[in-house]
Amino acid sequence: MVKVFIYPTTSLILSDLVARFGHTPLSAALQIREHIQTPGLESPPLQITPEDPKKGLKWAAVEVPSGVRGRMSLYGPMLEQAEAAIIIHDADFSFGCMGCARTNELIQFLLRKRGIPVLDLRYPRTEEEGIEFVAAIKKFLNELAGGGA
Amino acid sequence: MTEYQPKYVNTVTKYVFVESPEMTPGDLAIRAYEISQGVMIKETCFGLQITGKEDEVNAIVDHLRKFDPAHIFVKDRGFPPGDSRRCRANLGGARPGYFGHEFEISLSRFISKGLVELPKRDALAEPKPPEPDGSAKLDAKKLRKIIESVET
Repeated sequence: MVKVFIYPTTSLILSDLVARFGHTPLSAALQIREHIQTPGLESPPLQITPEDPKKGLKWAAVEVPSGVRGRMSLYGPMLEQAEAAIIIHDADFSFGCMGCARTNELIQFLLRKRGIPVLDLRYPRTEEEGIEFVAAIKKFLNELAGGGA
Repeated sequence: MTEYQPKYVNTVTKYVFVESPEMTPGDLAIRAYEISQGVMIKETCFGLQITGKEDEVNAIVDHLRKFDPAHIFVKDRGFPPGDSRRCRANLGGARPGYFGHEFEISLSRFISKGLVELPKRDALAEPKPPEPDGSAKLDAKKLRKIIESVET
């Protein structure tokens, strides 16, 4: 069983398929849960305190907007834990409430820089593409250590 | 700033989505309540939210998946149900993350088809997944050609 970074990090489909085929999906919810279950200063809505953009400096320079650094404080630790990644490229909803375009680009850059196995996809638009989509994800996950569940 | 005291510490919350011709969220909720033993279950229009200790929640999720494996989808949620920072009862309008769910649930029929057909597929057949479209950005070489063609 390996930790698989999913992008979009809020994806229901990827989160489900990774867990279904026996691996651990690294999704945004895990980091959000950790933030909101840790006592500290009241900082709604996501418990992102002024400390988080400082933590984000590990992945993004000080000139980078604090929004990117704040988001990287959530995603950065997951990028470091990830042993593989699945990226869906045409997720329009990943621009907006979930994050920002620059953070998304930085995440994909850092994933590729790590040299871990990455599967690039787009969302299926037909049933035939759906079959190939699921088959490709299963094959990718089976080839990882501990795969084949 | 005031001191923050979190609720539901050491719990997990999972969404269970059902998009099935044979099961409704109500059916799923009844099945979940049968074995819940104190775990918090909230029925929603798309399925359930289950909050409790990780092993208890996972046991319920595994149990529910068996009823319609290809049409039940599960993912983690950061916030517990009804949290005032996210619940639309307090904020009004759709919860921000709902737009992503709405989009992906509209595609779930393709995934369900894939899950149904997967066992029938030749195990050695090479998948041909939908590949991402090429970059829409203008290639630098192409831009240079355009500039040169205008200049001459």
